[in-house]
Amino acid sequence: MTTTEQHINPKLVKVLESISDPEIPVLSIMDMGVVRSAVIENDIVKIEITPTYSGCPAMDVIGDDIKRAMQKAGYIAEVDLILHPAWTTDWITPRGRKALEDYGIAAPLDEEADKSVLLEGKQLVKCPQCGSANTKMISQFGSTACKAQFQCNDCQEPFDYFKCLK
Amino acid sequence: MKNENLYNYILGIADNSLILGQRLGELCGHGPSLETDIACTNMSLDLLGQVRSYYQYATKIAGDGRTEDDIAMLRKEREYFNVLLVEQPNTDFGYTMARQFLFDVYHFLMLTELEKSTDLNLSAIAKKSIKEVSYHKRFSSDWIKRLGDGTEESHSRIQTAINDLWTYTDELFHQTEADKAMVAEGVGVDVTKLKDAYYEEVNAVLEEATLSVPESKYFQKGGKQGIHTEHMGYLLADLQYMQRTYPNMEW
Repeated sequence: MTTTEQHINPKLVKVLESISDPEIPVLSIMDMGVVRSAVIENDIVKIEITPTYSGCPAMDVIGDDIKRAMQKAGYIAEVDLILHPAWTTDWITPRGRKALEDYGIAAPLDEEADKSVLLEGKQLVKCPQCGSANTKMISQFGSTACKAQFQCNDCQEPFDYFKCLK
Repeated sequence: MKNENLYNYILGIADNSLILGQRLGELCGHGPSLETDIACTNMSLDLLGQVRSYYQYATKIAGDGRTEDDIAMLRKEREYFNVLLVEQPNTDFGYTMARQFLFDVYHFLMLTELEKSTDLNLSAIAKKSIKEVSYHKRFSSDWIKRLGDGTEESHSRIQTAINDLWTYTDELFHQTEADKAMVAEGVGVDVTKLKDAYYEEVNAVLEEATLSVPESKYFQKGGKQGIHTEHMGYLLADLQYMQRTYPNMEW
């Protein structure tokens, strides 16, 4: 697991928490873990974000949203995209995981469960609708780059699973 | 240009992803099923995302005012350094998956080494990309097994695709001048050393898929020097259409 410090100026937290992921509106970019630093230097806010997936089209929108929100809060912001260290699903906060589940997207598995999925192909993804662990993968690729398609064998509901990235 | 070898080295890696991404993108709305359509375009998006990181870095090395779009869209055929494998047409789903599988196994091995590059930009891009490519490899390997160990029809078609594309695999392990220079500096990956691991992994999957490993020792090369197969011109015509028709257009 990658551990890195996030350097976020406490004054900016509220503004950043008000910005949501354009693909998953229930999740703030803070809960998503894509904001890696936010500092104020000479009255200019400097923010570093990191993409979930290389080709994620949401990154440009997130950059613009940050600038707009900061302007509203009275700041001028510069946004930089950084690649290192690479984003991992471990950076999604517990509040973010809960928001995903409530929204109907199965949250990425914890480390131990994920290993068995990767190595033995066992499906331990729980249905976000009925909670059953009796689910099957329909496709490794889903509606966005970060999701896979699953279906619950008990309630028959299809659902998105937020893929693990470690 | 100050560091032409590094520039050419980056293009050599990035062009593979651009051209394969373009081929996969052709399947948007044309995949054999909704799930495979979405999967192929997802992989295309991953590859194009990786390409942007490489080209953005390349523009900094070039430092001549060219943008990532210029590099992607405004070169001539002879100026693309991708391997011949990735420009081969989709033909049928068997060919699409065989091409993907034969590239993914290489791509994963190459990125594993590129992660250790002394160039921090390349190492960061490799660390980011490998997480995505591991999903690609799992997807294409699964399909090789499903098609090979499937019906008589699927078995024969995937075997034909593997046999046809096999001739393009050896080029993956050829070194260009830029490769050699970058390996010497600890920046680049020595692709010649990946060959054994590559065929070992590929052959194991083919065996599990009840497919036979082609025995032909006749291999094609040229892409890394900018000499392409007849398919490349058509691909570029499609890829570059908007920029050629409406120069300098932006989204």
